[in-house]
Amino acid sequence: MANMSLQKHPMPEQDPQVRAGNFKEVALGYTADIAVEEAQRCLHCKNAPCVSGCPVNVPIPDFIDKIKEGDFNGAYQVIRSQNALPAICGRVCPQESQCESKCVRGIKGEPVGIGRLERFAADTAMAQGKAVTDKAAPCGKRAAVIGSGPAGLTCAGELAKAGWDVTVYEALHTAGGVLMYGIPEFRLPKALVEREISTLKELGVKIVTNAVAGKAFTVDELLEEGNDAVFIGSGAGLPNFQKIPGESLCGVYSANEFLTRLNLMKAYTFPEHDTPVKIGKHVAVVGGGNVAMDAARCAKRLGAEVTILYRRSEAEMPARAEEVHHAKEEGINFHMLTAPTSIEGDENGFVKAIRCIEMQLGEPDDRGRRRPVPVEGSEYELPMETVIIAIGNSPNPLIKKTTPDLPTERWGGIQTDENGRTGKKNVYAGGDAVTGAATVILAMGAGKKAAAAILEDHPC
Amino acid sequence: MYPIVKKRVLNETVTLMEIEAPLVARKAMPGQFIIFRIDEEGERVPLTIAGYDREKGTVTIIFQKVGYTTEKLDSLNEGDSLLDFVGPLGEPTKTEGINRCAVIGGGLGVAIAYPQAKALHDAGAEVDLIVGFRNEHLIILKDELEAACTNLIIMTDDGSNGNKGFVTQALQKQLDAGRNYDTVIAIGPLPMMKAVCDMTREPKIKTIVSMNPIMIDGTGMCGGCRLTVGGETKFACVDGPDFDGHLVDFDEAMARGRMFRPEEAKAREKHICRLTGEER
Repeated sequence: MANMSLQKHPMPEQDPQVRAGNFKEVALGYTADIAVEEAQRCLHCKNAPCVSGCPVNVPIPDFIDKIKEGDFNGAYQVIRSQNALPAICGRVCPQESQCESKCVRGIKGEPVGIGRLERFAADTAMAQGKAVTDKAAPCGKRAAVIGSGPAGLTCAGELAKAGWDVTVYEALHTAGGVLMYGIPEFRLPKALVEREISTLKELGVKIVTNAVAGKAFTVDELLEEGNDAVFIGSGAGLPNFQKIPGESLCGVYSANEFLTRLNLMKAYTFPEHDTPVKIGKHVAVVGGGNVAMDAARCAKRLGAEVTILYRRSEAEMPARAEEVHHAKEEGINFHMLTAPTSIEGDENGFVKAIRCIEMQLGEPDDRGRRRPVPVEGSEYELPMETVIIAIGNSPNPLIKKTTPDLPTERWGGIQTDENGRTGKKNVYAGGDAVTGAATVILAMGAGKKAAAAILEDHPC
Repeated sequence: MYPIVKKRVLNETVTLMEIEAPLVARKAMPGQFIIFRIDEEGERVPLTIAGYDREKGTVTIIFQKVGYTTEKLDSLNEGDSLLDFVGPLGEPTKTEGINRCAVIGGGLGVAIAYPQAKALHDAGAEVDLIVGFRNEHLIILKDELEAACTNLIIMTDDGSNGNKGFVTQALQKQLDAGRNYDTVIAIGPLPMMKAVCDMTREPKIKTIVSMNPIMIDGTGMCGGCRLTVGGETKFACVDGPDFDGHLVDFDEAMARGRMFRPEEAKAREKHICRLTGEER
């Protein structure tokens, strides 16, 4: 008998007042009882519209059925058949615009809490140490994967499952890419990312850290050294700036720098960890995406009064609804329809204020989003000691520079067909390196498609 | 892990180490740098590559004890290992088209100037190598420096080696004497590089400086190393570290270099506490 409640079961969370002062995970996860109850809201639609909303095609009603039956490990295995990193997706996917947006229960009331159930299944299975999946016998094929973010890890996992010998090359000292340096601990615990990566290692994937593609080696060298295929999942790591006066003052960070100091280098524990982060009492975060929310919520946890400046209105904000909601709960100020025009410094070169101008929404641009237009004479100044620029990233040029025959877009993205094949033989690409900055799950979807293309082009 | 295969104390504050890092040694070129991290709690610190041996798979670094992490690095010995050592990063120094040049190294910059001077000298250029130290006891790598240039000029702040003055004064003297350089390469503290650029701007001598700002990843990701060069934002890690010195905004670079001074002092204090066992 289905549970006909119109609401999905709320996620147990740390109290906003408490969590705004720590870096522990905000969402605590469903208990077994809650999970079974929520699972019973699923009607197991025959045509499963939710699956069509999932970039990696997780058989959603099937895994939810397993939860209904109390077979949590079975649920995990169903997810794992299509998704290499379920505990991560359950936490960071924008379900409201993907699977849950297609859920029939969402027509009248709230959709089934698919993401929360996915997280529950993954956490439960991993806690029981049952996270390993089967793999095929070695088939004698070798692949090199550049980048150990969501695209690279997914591609590596898929190839390893098919019996390939896979080596992943990571430029930083820790594998995980944006999952480690970008997304904060309170949203995605790093121990969990490490556990997901160790399940890939158990599948036989080798990971080489401190290996910068385009510097220590080139794509051509990887091919010459006997790799049958190379997958490039190097992400979009180059931070964009606004090109307004004052961006080089002390106290202005790219979101990448701020988040890397905190997440990868653990600067929030300074001086226990050696990397510092400097933050003032008043912090402005420029941007409206998930990265802006992450930076703002990190700054809050360091004790600052935080204001987000976004040039469009809340409806256009690209961040996940839950992140915006959590940020508001934690007391972050939002100045919508506001764009910075300059950052002002003191006599020592440190930030003292940010100048802003109010915006209004004009005609839609070519992507259909209404273009923000400055309101004349509306400029004002906010006192600030720290400014974090979170307006997006561009693909890193290192690989492009050293692989001249790899066709790329003018803005730096690698050109591929819809299955991740580049214009260079035996070279595949996916994730932000191809699309520009997007989401974890889209990168995973691209990694998975490219793996399928690699397997198709190189039959065992 | 990256073993320290050789350690040589060059003077009371400067140490040379050879690190086993085959992946870096394979591709390293003069002007490029590495980033190291000592242990799990450590920070990522960039250092210019001072030399490499492709066959042995080793990379030479030379560092000055200026802060917490370099003090800690100096406390390690042959047989110990670094947790992380990544590179080669940045663009190599461009040596093509340079026939007559002055390479100027101040302070630790001497260590960085050495491989560049050597590369130019090996490529057949006439190289005046001008280096400076506070006093004669601090002079390092004298034999190596002599072998890497046409003329070696060693200056000391106190004149204890019989050649008193700053490297900039030595350069001015060379210019006044009619030395006709097509290129000047300056490596060292920001005020020194700025002074050299001011000196070569008027006679329009192409001047290359090697920037060493604060950075984290060294691959273009954090943007912490950004500089204003010719009115444009550049990242020292991927666009540099070498830049046209006449276009660099040195005042901004100097201000940015001071950003974490209080935190550096705090970290150093921790180090002294650890060394002496005092409670923090």
